[in-house]
Amino acid sequence: MTEQPILALEGLRTEFATGQGAPVVAVNDLSLTLKRGETLCIVGESGCGKSLTALSILRLLPRPYGRIGGGRVLLEGRDLAQATDAEMRQIRGRAISMIFQEPMTSLNPVLTIGRQIAETVMVHEGLDWTACMGRALEMLRQVRIPEPERRLHEYPHQLSGGMRQRVMIAMALACRPRVLLADEPTTALDVTIQAQILDLVRDLQAETGAAVILITHDLGVVAEMADRVLVMYAGHKVEEGSVEEIFDAPAHPYTQGLMQAMPHLGSGEHRSRLNEIAGVVPALNARPPGCSFAPRCGLATDRCRQEMPPLTGLGGTHMAACWAAGGSQA
Amino acid sequence: MSASQPVLAVEGLVKHYGIRPGLFGRARAQVRAVDGVSFSIAPGETLGLVGESGCGKSTVGKAVLRLVEPTAGRVTLEGEDITALNRAGMIARRRRMQVIFQDPYSSLNPRMTAGDIVQEPLINFGIGSAGEQRERVAALFARVGLRPDQRSNYPHEFSGGQRQRLGIARALALGPSIIIGDEPVSALDVSVQAQVINLMMDLQDEFGLSYLFVAHDLGVVEHISHRVAVMYLGKIVEIAPRAALFEEPRHPYTEALLSAVPVSHPRQRRKRVTLKGDVPSPVNPPPGCRFHTRCPIAVPLCREVEPPLLADPSGHATACHLRSQASPA
Ligand SMILES: Nc1ncnc2c1ncn2[C@@H]1O[C@H](COP(=O)(O)OP(=O)(O)OP(=O)(O)O)[C@@H](O)[C@H]1O
Ligand SMILES: Nc1ncnc2c1ncn2[C@@H]1O[C@H](COP(=O)(O)OP(=O)(O)OP(=O)(O)O)[C@@H](O)[C@H]1O
Ligand code: SF4
Ligand SMILES: [Mg+2]
Ligand SMILES: [Mg+2]
Repeated sequence: MTEQPILALEGLRTEFATGQGAPVVAVNDLSLTLKRGETLCIVGESGCGKSLTALSILRLLPRPYGRIGGGRVLLEGRDLAQATDAEMRQIRGRAISMIFQEPMTSLNPVLTIGRQIAETVMVHEGLDWTACMGRALEMLRQVRIPEPERRLHEYPHQLSGGMRQRVMIAMALACRPRVLLADEPTTALDVTIQAQILDLVRDLQAETGAAVILITHDLGVVAEMADRVLVMYAGHKVEEGSVEEIFDAPAHPYTQGLMQAMPHLGSGEHRSRLNEIAGVVPALNARPPGCSFAPRCGLATDRCRQEMPPLTGLGGTHMAACWAAGGSQA
Repeated sequence: MSASQPVLAVEGLVKHYGIRPGLFGRARAQVRAVDGVSFSIAPGETLGLVGESGCGKSTVGKAVLRLVEPTAGRVTLEGEDITALNRAGMIARRRRMQVIFQDPYSSLNPRMTAGDIVQEPLINFGIGSAGEQRERVAALFARVGLRPDQRSNYPHEFSGGQRQRLGIARALALGPSIIIGDEPVSALDVSVQAQVINLMMDLQDEFGLSYLFVAHDLGVVEHISHRVAVMYLGKIVEIAPRAALFEEPRHPYTEALLSAVPVSHPRQRRKRVTLKGDVPSPVNPPPGCRFHTRCPIAVPLCREVEPPLLADPSGHATACHLRSQASPA
């Protein structure tokens, strides 16, 4: 049975034009598919292109230099990379909505939060203003903002960090999107509210069949939420699989490093040194010819340093791009 | 007082924010963001501070640093009451008490080079000659694992973890005795987070630094803290040595917090007990125990009488009528 994916990326390439010569490539040849009701988690080191992947889907890349340099972004089969700006405005917030990583920069500081949420509803659902404010209030309540009636009339700077993040979430969910792109949605939240927000997203999925791309660096959130996991490193997909495949047998040395770097509650390893992945990600314009992870990888050979490893099937839905990971070429 | 003087002692700290009248004609109201918080931190100790979003953790940090003026209470830094100091006096004390914020992106001046960012506090305090200052900056760069050539780079040219290291180097420049970290690793991915946590622990061992460490990730808090304080709606409801807090939590809110921690493997997913009931308002906090509106074990007494924070001889303190196991501290 092959259900059509609600969203698919085919060989997405996102780049930044530079003054002189070739553009720098931030997301390289990235493919993924997302089915109705499914949750795909994207993890990867800071700067590896996770946010740009989400922004590419919505065509909200930083202007004037950011652009989609290749590939297709298919929403129910239709290529958004070719859509007009007017069409994109209709899609954003309604078919696909996004919870942005930085709530402070994406909320308007001079408008009350109630007005900001209500305006989103107004644009997409054409309800009257009272109904829109009613929806805004209901959404604030759903994201567990205390005293929603009062908060409706407050400005972003009067809220705590976690409340601002919940306002962003309220705004993104207000129009019941079919695809939700959530970029680090719960980093500023305590675990009890995080658990409630994750439940809210699950409820939305159960109710409307929404598909979710969840970008997070919290592997606990991945363990809770993901159906599938995609690991990025330096702009490339380096591993993908079902959440069990990734947690049971992480195949790429970068993924293994991530799993080992996480402090676990109750691990009994109080104040021991955590496993670091030594070194830093290469700059966009200084990526090595072979595997981007080679300079930091304990298993790297000459081949790794010279030849880029292709994504290779490891059985099931699991695949990784590493010469040492074994498997047969996909 | 005990033998070793605490680096930081906070007693009865209160911060109320005035807000404009509500829609419903309410008179000018007060957000009781922090409502009587006391704790102390010993030299070389890390106190973790956790609690529900909006419960007042950042406000505690800001009031201790006097980035906001406390409404009441006393803050003692190395034996000196700093609550009454004027601006100049307070600025001088900031040498001993530094802060690292969550967001490495917005807490550094984008128009200054990394070297200047670290040198600036030395210039402001007139410490050393220009040559000595440059040497100190070089030593700090080496200590936090930044390359010497990166001194001429601007913040946007650093990764998130490197920017956080830069913030740490700046905080260390004046040789503080305590650093207040308001979610210093929350914005970092796990591998970078591990680097910054290791660095903070190394610096603590090397310089005997103390930390007030605000975070949401309880795995991180358990890893780095010696003691942990749990806040709910402007008050500390439990404070205990790390192992006791995580292994034998007593307050029902602490239990709820621990049970909400995400699983570490997808096969452990479970239906969890989430807290029911509306999050109460810091403008009109519930009478009695502030947690009673959501507490699964509340009894009638809880609605009327506020439970005091009581410590047992091991230093495990709990504010709960049913769970406190000691006489008044
Ligand atoms: N406006 C821009 N001009 C040039 N390069 C940019 C711009 N915005 C982002 N980049 C680069 O693109 C890369 C990917 O950035 P992106 O924001 O997608 O990372 P990320 O994976 O979301 O990281 P994080 O976990 O820190 O949010 C980074 O290396 C970044 O430096
Ligand atoms: N400038 C301000 N004016 C009015 N109210 C404020 C102001 N700053 C904070 N508050 C309120 O004080 C309370 C405590 O906020 P604080 O930022 O200390 O919470 P927090 O525990 O740090 O939360 P988070 O985990 O979300 O960062 C909240 O109700 C918040 O709305
Ligand atoms: S005092 Fe009562 S309401 Fe408060 S936590 Fe204890 S049992 Fe619950
Ligand atoms: Mg990002
Ligand atoms: Mg805060």
